[in-house]
Amino acid sequence: MILTKEHRKFRQKVKDFADQEVAPRAREMDRSGKFPEDLVKRIAELQLAGIYVPKEYGGSGLDMLHYAIAVEEIGRVCGSTGIFLAAHSSLGVFPIYLAGNEIQKKKWLVPLAKGEKIGAFGLTEPEAGSDAAGTKTTARSDGGMYVLNGTKRFITSGRVADVVIVTATQDPTKGYGGISAFVVEKGTPGFTYGKDEEKLGLHGSITSELIFEDCAIPMDSLLGTEGDGFRIFMETLDGGRISIGALALGIGQGALDASVRFSKENTVSGKPLSKSQSIQSMIAEMATEIEAARLLVYHAAELKDAGLPYVKESAMAKYYASTIGMKAANMAIDIHGLCGITDAYPVERFIRDEKLMEIGEGTSEIQKIVIARQILGK
Amino acid sequence: MDLIVCIKRVPQTAEAEVKIDSSGKDIVRDRLTFDMNEADSYALEAAILLKEKFGGTITALSLGTADAEDTLRIALAKGADSAIRIRAEEFVELDGFKTAALLKEVIKDIKFDAIFTGCMATDDSYYQVGPVLAELLRVGHATLVSKVEVADGKAQVNRELEGGLIEHLEMSLPAVFAVQTGINEPRYASLIAIRRAAGKEIRVVGKEDISLELKSNSTLEELFLPPVGKRAEILSGSTDEISAKAATIIKEKGLI
Amino acid sequence: MNFDLTNDQKMLQEEVRKFAQTELAPLAPEIDKSGEFPWSNIKKMAHMGLLGVIVPEQYGGSGFDFVSLAIAVEEISRACASTGVIVAVNNSLAAYPILQFGSEDQKMRYLPPLCNGEKIGAFGLTEPDAGSDVAAMESTARLEGDCYVLNGTKRFITNAGEAGTFVVFAYTNKELKHKGISAFIVERDTPGFSLGKHEDLMGIRATANCELIFEDVKIPKENLLSKEGEGFKICMNTLDVSRIDIGAQAVGIAQAALDEAIKYSKERKAFGQPICNFEMIQSMIAEMASKIQAARLLVHYAGYCKDKGMQRFSKESAMSKYYASDIAVDVARKAVQIHGGYGYSRDYAVERLYRDAKILELYEGTSEVQKIVIARELTR
Repeated sequence: MILTKEHRKFRQKVKDFADQEVAPRAREMDRSGKFPEDLVKRIAELQLAGIYVPKEYGGSGLDMLHYAIAVEEIGRVCGSTGIFLAAHSSLGVFPIYLAGNEIQKKKWLVPLAKGEKIGAFGLTEPEAGSDAAGTKTTARSDGGMYVLNGTKRFITSGRVADVVIVTATQDPTKGYGGISAFVVEKGTPGFTYGKDEEKLGLHGSITSELIFEDCAIPMDSLLGTEGDGFRIFMETLDGGRISIGALALGIGQGALDASVRFSKENTVSGKPLSKSQSIQSMIAEMATEIEAARLLVYHAAELKDAGLPYVKESAMAKYYASTIGMKAANMAIDIHGLCGITDAYPVERFIRDEKLMEIGEGTSEIQKIVIARQILGK
Repeated sequence: MDLIVCIKRVPQTAEAEVKIDSSGKDIVRDRLTFDMNEADSYALEAAILLKEKFGGTITALSLGTADAEDTLRIALAKGADSAIRIRAEEFVELDGFKTAALLKEVIKDIKFDAIFTGCMATDDSYYQVGPVLAELLRVGHATLVSKVEVADGKAQVNRELEGGLIEHLEMSLPAVFAVQTGINEPRYASLIAIRRAAGKEIRVVGKEDISLELKSNSTLEELFLPPVGKRAEILSGSTDEISAKAATIIKEKGLI
Repeated sequence: MNFDLTNDQKMLQEEVRKFAQTELAPLAPEIDKSGEFPWSNIKKMAHMGLLGVIVPEQYGGSGFDFVSLAIAVEEISRACASTGVIVAVNNSLAAYPILQFGSEDQKMRYLPPLCNGEKIGAFGLTEPDAGSDVAAMESTARLEGDCYVLNGTKRFITNAGEAGTFVVFAYTNKELKHKGISAFIVERDTPGFSLGKHEDLMGIRATANCELIFEDVKIPKENLLSKEGEGFKICMNTLDVSRIDIGAQAVGIAQAALDEAIKYSKERKAFGQPICNFEMIQSMIAEMASKIQAARLLVHYAGYCKDKGMQRFSKESAMSKYYASDIAVDVARKAVQIHGGYGYSRDYAVERLYRDAKILELYEGTSEVQKIVIARELTR
């Protein structure tokens, strides 16, 4: 991929960080299920917590393509660290960047973009996944406060987040139009945590249930205006898909890198595996589809940077990169043979981590409906 | 001959699903493709043919937003020598009259022997710009023009009338010709010409260049799709039966 | 890489699309049936400068880059796959090797007729027993005085039946293996050069695909391209370029199949509603569109690598060819599926598109060969 010098330099910086500081700890994270706090600090120090946020709000003032590259490079060595960064930046930071007023930006966006605080996005509910209009969490205004009641599920970084964007309906009869978005800080009375999920993969990333019981938050916690929630989370998800695409791409690249290495270092009947046409066929397929996915992800990022429509393209990037990423991870295990299903090699972790990319922030089926609607004009 | 061709960039709505936007006064444009108005492409070709015969220059002129420059560049690639865009975004309520008045303000400073326009634009179907422009410039005009030949400083012009009639006029120049579609074969721009035209500068004029205080004579109130009537009838039966029924209906309606 | 097309590329795309849809598309079903070489359209394309898109103006071409050629080939193939192949071969298999490896004299002599439609070009590489394994070729050229004497048979040569200028490969020294292969420019009317059997193909049926027979054909020495022994290099470099255009053809055919599928799915009703309302149809359409977009980006990226003067872009061009042809067959198959039984009928374009797509996985190196190229580059 030919990138500008600036993008290449940035990629090298993130790659060094990923190879030297993240990769050596990926296996341990996967086993212990713990995300090292000092890595959060390092992400902040390297100014990766608010890559596309303007400098005046504590970010790095770079573009979406930089951000996609960062998620990709980190995902290449560790899915958990990748999803931590993606959830923080795309889901925790973006809604405030998009819809926050000046005071809200100063108060929340700045520390989030600097990496001093961690962000999360409370959208999904036990009974409302991809169909977010089914939101049951309610917000009623009461004595100059909004009072939240309800449960959010599968919230990435939920328990560790300092700031959570929560969607809630003020009038369930209004469907989408009744939904608003609020900023809730950790420690607010009435805001507690349910169980943390035990998952197939992404063990280093915590996934929590958030419980709101008569949780009162100040009026200035409202993002945008009342009823703006649907627009805010749709736009958040459109952008978020680019980061999930980038992460799926990174994990796929990791699987390819491992396969190339393994096929060169290991022999069968006295010949390196890489000389076998069956192996070559798999490597060529993986590499081609990963390159195609990379172009789709970068293209979507570039469109967003240029202020052009990118809904279809970001859905394509997410759907395609996760589909071929799964295929690549699966082939990587095939290439590794029995070694591939042991934790001596990273590929079994890759396939477990990659599976979430086909599901999170809208399943592949939802992405396809989004794409088809854009094309068919519905 | 020095010629001016007025060109409009229009949405291609013939086969697209047209939807009304939330203002109720415009269509949803983001999924439509845009191109040179069909009649204008015949007007341009008519001008190019005259230039090839007599020499001279062609100025392509468009009242449009920035993307109209793409259409003007195609005109440059096909044979126009220079192009001017009037910034449509700086003017409101552009009905046929106001459009013609704006074009006139730019044209009055250009020497010309004839102006070619399409007879109508496919997006608003006013049929006005050509005639009004001629009146404002105080020159003659012909509409639904199907042929223009020039000899001895006069134009021999054919006009298409109802019932297959052709009207032949002799006209003095300068004049405005509002051209009918199908009268010639608009050429394609060659790749070399495209490459050259891509880098050409297009003059852009706006409010600061045009001192025109003008009220539109009409205001667009609403754009809507009429309710679908129940006039369709689906014929059933064997192929022969269907053919027979269809023939009867066509005869009953007096269509043949 | 900048994904945005430049001003002139956008104009080229718009104008070629309009031309192809108006002039080429209506003829596509007809020439598919008759197998007739579309000369009248070729003349029109010559007039527009589409036969020498990448040839500089001083040799009669249009002076565009390789991304632009890919855009043009995509639009032409979208309207008519046969015409797309003819244009791609003329540009990247005939004009390109002469432009890249020919002497100034050769360029002045052979490029203008290839660009203005006076002569169509062809590329004589494949033999009955030597396809992707180029070094297995049996054609020979031995130097006798001022001439090379060419003997051998070439098979599956696109444009051959109607072409005037051929780039032909033969051994000048068999012992040197692939380093003994040389490339020649051969004119159609050279004595001893005849056409063999006309292939009756499944798809791209109007491409005058023919056998070339050389029996003691005397070619003037000055028709040697570059130097003796350079043939293999010329061939590999040319294929790197032309594979980008196979990718572009594939994207064009796939896009046409998607266009047809979308149109049909909106018109066709089942169970009281248009079938495009059904999620299974939407799922197919979304998959088709995503893959086409991915393939298009790979094709443009490979063209971009060539345009930027990258020394090695074999991997990128092999990826674009392999991937785009793979998805074109898949997309055409789905388009037939969406049409149901009608898709199997010659009355619908998708039947033809499905047949046209298959060759893409086969010629100029099968998908398997592309994969070997890609894997080699990755595991070197």
